[in-house]
Amino acid sequence: MKNRLKVLRAERDWSQQDLADALAVSRQSINAIETGKYDPSLPLAFRIASTFNLSIEQIFEPNQ
Amino acid sequence: MTYRSPARNRYVFRLFVLMASYLALLLLAVTLIRGSAVTGAGAWALAIAPALPVIGVFWAVMRLLIEEPDEFIKLLHVRQCLVATGFCLSALTILEFLQSFQLITHGTHGFGAVIWWFIGLGVGAAYNRFTLGSSAD
Repeated sequence: MKNRLKVLRAERDWSQQDLADALAVSRQSINAIETGKYDPSLPLAFRIASTFNLSIEQIFEPNQ
Repeated sequence: MTYRSPARNRYVFRLFVLMASYLALLLLAVTLIRGSAVTGAGAWALAIAPALPVIGVFWAVMRLLIEEPDEFIKLLHVRQCLVATGFCLSALTILEFLQSFQLITHGTHGFGAVIWWFIGLGVGAAYNRFTLGSSAD
């Protein structure tokens, strides 16, 4: 699954640690999601979307 | 900053208590059984006693898998344990065949299943780092 996490984070000038703290997850989690090594669960995807005030579809898209 | 959840802190504390208990019970068992101070049922109980904290370590690891709130870190732990289990079973299977064909002597020489599983945890951590670029440790 592709995602715009890194771009969205950069737009807000947030570090991986800032986003990790906001989501109450590890920095490793953010890094793994950003690099496409790990797809978050649906609950975490909703939390990420809520943090950015966006819908899940605006952040994540399936690999075609 | 290294991530360390309260679950991880509890795991480290449990590990410390269990390992301290293991060393104390092992020392007690070796001293009393080898000195023939205890025989019969007492010797059986003493011989089994050091195994109990080791079994406790397995319990502590499984509790960590349940209690860890971060889903990615939990995934790393699960993968590490699966690799450790596979590594341990593979190593012991190979040793068993080597012993069956009398290429090596029987017995574990102190290198029992637990040691192989713990080595496997190290292999699992390396596997996580190689494939996911991150390790839970």
